[in-house]
This record gives sequence, structure tokens and C-alpha cells, in this order.
Amino acid sequence: MNLQAVRSIYFFEMARAGRTLLQSLISPVISTSLYFVVFGAAIGSRIQEVEGVSYGAFIVPGLIMLMLLTQSVSNASFGIFFPKFTGTIYEVLSAPISYFEIVLGYVGAAASKSAILGLVILGTANFFVDLHIQHPFMMLLFLLLTAITFSLLGFIIGIWADSFEKLQLVPLLIITPLTFLGGSFYAIDMLPPFWQAVTLANPVVYLVSGFRWSFYGISDVSVVASLVMIGVFLAVSLAVISWIFRTGYRLRP
Amino acid sequence: MSHETPIAPEPTPRTETPAARPSPVIAISGLSKRYDSGFSALKQIDLEIQRGEIFALLGPNGAGKTTLISIICGLVNATGGSVTVDGHDSVTDYRAARAKIGLVPQELTSDAFETVWNTVRFSRGLFGKAPNDTHIERVLKALSLWDKRKNKLITLSGGMKRRVLIAKALAHEPEILFLDEPTAGVDVELRRDMWEVVRELRNSGVTIILTTHYIEEAEEMADRIGVINGGEIVLVREKATLMRQLGSKQLTLHLQTPLASVPPALAHYPLTLAENGNVLVYTYDASEAGDSDHVSISALINEIEAAGIRFKDLHTKQSSLEDIFVNLVRERQ
Repeated sequence: MNLQAVRSIYFFEMARAGRTLLQSLISPVISTSLYFVVFGAAIGSRIQEVEGVSYGAFIVPGLIMLMLLTQSVSNASFGIFFPKFTGTIYEVLSAPISYFEIVLGYVGAAASKSAILGLVILGTANFFVDLHIQHPFMMLLFLLLTAITFSLLGFIIGIWADSFEKLQLVPLLIITPLTFLGGSFYAIDMLPPFWQAVTLANPVVYLVSGFRWSFYGISDVSVVASLVMIGVFLAVSLAVISWIFRTGYRLRP
Repeated sequence: MSHETPIAPEPTPRTETPAARPSPVIAISGLSKRYDSGFSALKQIDLEIQRGEIFALLGPNGAGKTTLISIICGLVNATGGSVTVDGHDSVTDYRAARAKIGLVPQELTSDAFETVWNTVRFSRGLFGKAPNDTHIERVLKALSLWDKRKNKLITLSGGMKRRVLIAKALAHEPEILFLDEPTAGVDVELRRDMWEVVRELRNSGVTIILTTHYIEEAEEMADRIGVINGGEIVLVREKATLMRQLGSKQLTLHLQTPLASVPPALAHYPLTLAENGNVLVYTYDASEAGDSDHVSISALINEIEAAGIRFKDLHTKQSSLEDIFVNLVRERQ
């Protein structure tokens, strides 16, 4: 195991976030605050409690998930796309490191960044609403697993994308709609029965539901189903990445 | 550029048995590469690079130089054949193989927003070496980059970026250095500086494989020359041997009075007239250079004088590696 190399990639990537602190940290915090102002205070005050939780508090886990998913994907996809785009990827490919170590460095950094961001947003939310976390350990587990899984997905997108347009395409066309329709802002039983059934096909529902359960003990689907869903996501992402490296797809012609 | 500090690793003691030839540091056998498009970039390449030599790989554009280097360094997967680096297979034992290699790519790539110092330090870590700021400092100083260490790469000129790429390749103290067109688009002074660094590296035991468009560089720097064309190694030879075998020499005499034709008395020499009979040209093999050569030339001059031909000036010219190369590639086409 070339730990030195993993460490180098990891800290190189983390340093990049440090340089772009404004866009990495402050802008998601600002946009989350805006969500709280609009949905939590302005609209939320007119919405009754959802399953015994005030609407403002109800949307906290969903908002964190929303940021976690989008930031994990964009961090990780950009992290690997940029060296591919500039050509500096040659160095990583010619170094004495394994595929696993490359992924560990890049995805580890991306996941760390979005997990930190998730916690920062949690802290921000604390200013707006009263927060109770019933299952803090499970909350952290969901947070970390989601950050890792979606960073892996971002890594795949970053390798697949051969233009900046494609890099934006998947987050814009798939991740954002799935997250918005994944119960971030509502409980599923607020939907008509037909749409409740359709919604269950959206994997993000399981993530949001499990995460919300760790806060308030309420969930749309069972916690086990949520954990299984993350596990499936993780397994599929890992399988795709191992295929990428086995075949050299877009990396080693 | 300062040269008092060595930037290469301590030369490894050579374990040669007196009778045996030293084992090659890179052994390539039956290497082939066919891209998905169906293009065969390399066809059954066999090549050995000796430890400590400067090997120049020459070939026209698209000959397969970069593909060959890319396979050895792990950037491209081979379709067939094998590469061993200091005895380590480049695929099954890639860690050991790649750790010995430093690569300076042809393209000027850089992490635009990184500083020189960080990017070179990163390279060392990537190759699994513990941080050694003293070494990085030595490398940066040798490449005249020390003053620029805090600059972001995006602010550097093309020549400076090229130096950074070399510094990155040397950051982990490689035993083998690949330079893919290192002086393309680099001004004369910087080019001279770079070759000075290359010489210094070679002196400390580093094996150097380079491709270049500037044939005079290969001529000046290389110990051996390989010519690749159409994905095949056309020849591999000691530079001196190559120049001797394939080079030709010309003796040119500027005459006082023009001649209409070569006098019959001199017909047994391969002489030609040029410039309306004002110039007499004698072409001979460079392989004849040496004692016998002097005899033949002085004999020729005696005979010319005896034939009553007076000349006001003379000079000789030896064909350059470039002439040899162009002839070789043309012959094959």
C-alpha cells in the first residue's frame, strides 16, 4: 500500500478546497440559509407540523442530504475531471499506485469535504430551528455513507465526462430532480397514492428517509431499507469503478 | 543554472559479473499496440536500453515514439508483448517498475493554480517517497526554479513550465528518466541549460531516454540512437557507428578556372562538377575515415595538381545525423 501517495492526493485535493473556500463552503451555507428563510420561516410558518415536527425542523435532514448529494458529486467529479482536462493525470497514471489507492485519495478527499460541509450546514440550521438528534451515531453513519457513495458516483461522472457540459449534465438532469423529488421538503404520505408508489422508485427517498429518522425517529420507509439502498448504491458504484480501471476506460487507452 | 549540487540519486552499485554483459535496465520484447480505431501504433518492438546510457529515439511524427514511452510508463496498455524495468514486469510488478521511472511528457500540462513548490512536492509523494524538502530544493535550484517556487504555475512562461515538468519528474529521484520532446518550443539558452542538467544526471548514473525533433541534439547528446518509423524499430546503433557507417563526407574544391568536364586522368575518382564547372566535388564514405582516408585524399589532391587543375579554396563536410535519418526514413517508404 502506497500510503504516501494516498496522503499526497488527499491533501492536494483538500488544499484545493482550502483555496476555493468561498465556493466550497460559504456558498452552500448561504444557499441553505436561503432555503431556511424561504421554506422554513416564510412558507413553513403557514404549514402545519409534519408528524409532530415543525416544518422548519422537518426539512433540515432533507436540506443536508440535498447539499451532501450535490456537493459530493460535484467535488469528486471535478477533482478527477480537472487533471484529465489539463493533462496532469499522466502523473497519477504513471505513479506506482494502485487503482484502489487513486480512488481512496480522490474520493476520500471529496467525501471528507462534503461530510464537513454537511456538518457545517447542520450547525447553520441550528441557528434557525430547534434541532434534536435522536440517533447521533446513525446520523453520522448515514452522513458518511452518503458522502462516500455519491463521491464515488461523482468520480465515475468525472471519468466519463469529456467536456464541461457533460460534467454538469448528470448533476443537473438526474441528481437535482431526484433530490427535489426525494422527499427533502415533504413527507411521502403528503402525496397522492399513485405518486407515493412512483416515488418509491427514487433511490434518494431512502437516503432522506433514513437520515430524517436518525433525527426525529420518523421515516417514510424502514431504516433497514434505507441502509440496504445505500449499500446497493455503494456496491454498484464500486463495481463500475473497478470496471473502469480494469478496462482502462477513458484513462488508459 | 548552478551545477554544483547533484540532483540525481546516488548511483546504485553495479552488480556486473566480469564475463557477462550488463543486464539492460529496460527490456522490451514483442511489444505491440493496436488502438481501438484499428490503428497499429507499434508492431512487435524489441529493444533494450542499457543502464546509464543516453538513448535517443528518433522518428517522424506518428512513428510511435510517444506510444512506446507511454506503454513503458504505464499510461497506455499494450496489446501484446512485455516490458521489464530493472527486472520488474511493467504490468504484473508495476509498483517496482514505475517507482524507478521519471517521465517528462511532451504536452505542457500543469495544475494551473498550484505553486511550483507544492506541485513538485506532490509528485514526490505520489511516487511513495517520504517528503524531502532538501532534495526538492536542490532540484528547483538546479533548474533555476528556486526563485519561482512560490509562483502559481499559470503565471509561468512555457519554458518555465517545461522546467517544472522536469523538476516533477526528478522529485522522486528516478533511476530512469524519459524525456518526450523536452525541448520542443524552448529557446536556445534554455535548451542548452536542459542538456547540461541531462548530462549531469547521466554522470550520476541515471539512464536517459529521449525523443527529440532536433536531431543535432541527439547527435550531440546520445550514446545510442534508435530510429522508429511506422511503429517499427528501423535500427538501433551506437551513435558513432551510425555516423561512420551511414554518413558520407564531401570534399569541395573551388577552382580558379572553370572546367568543362572532369579530366580523363581523374576518371577513377567519383568526382562531379558543380556551379558551371567552378566547383569540383569528391564524395566518399565516412567509414573510410582514418589513415587510409588521408592517403586517398592527399593522393587525389596530388593527382588534381598533376592534371594542372588549380583551386583557390577547399572544404570538407560530413553528413549530419539529420541527413542520415532523412535518408533512412525515405528508403523505408
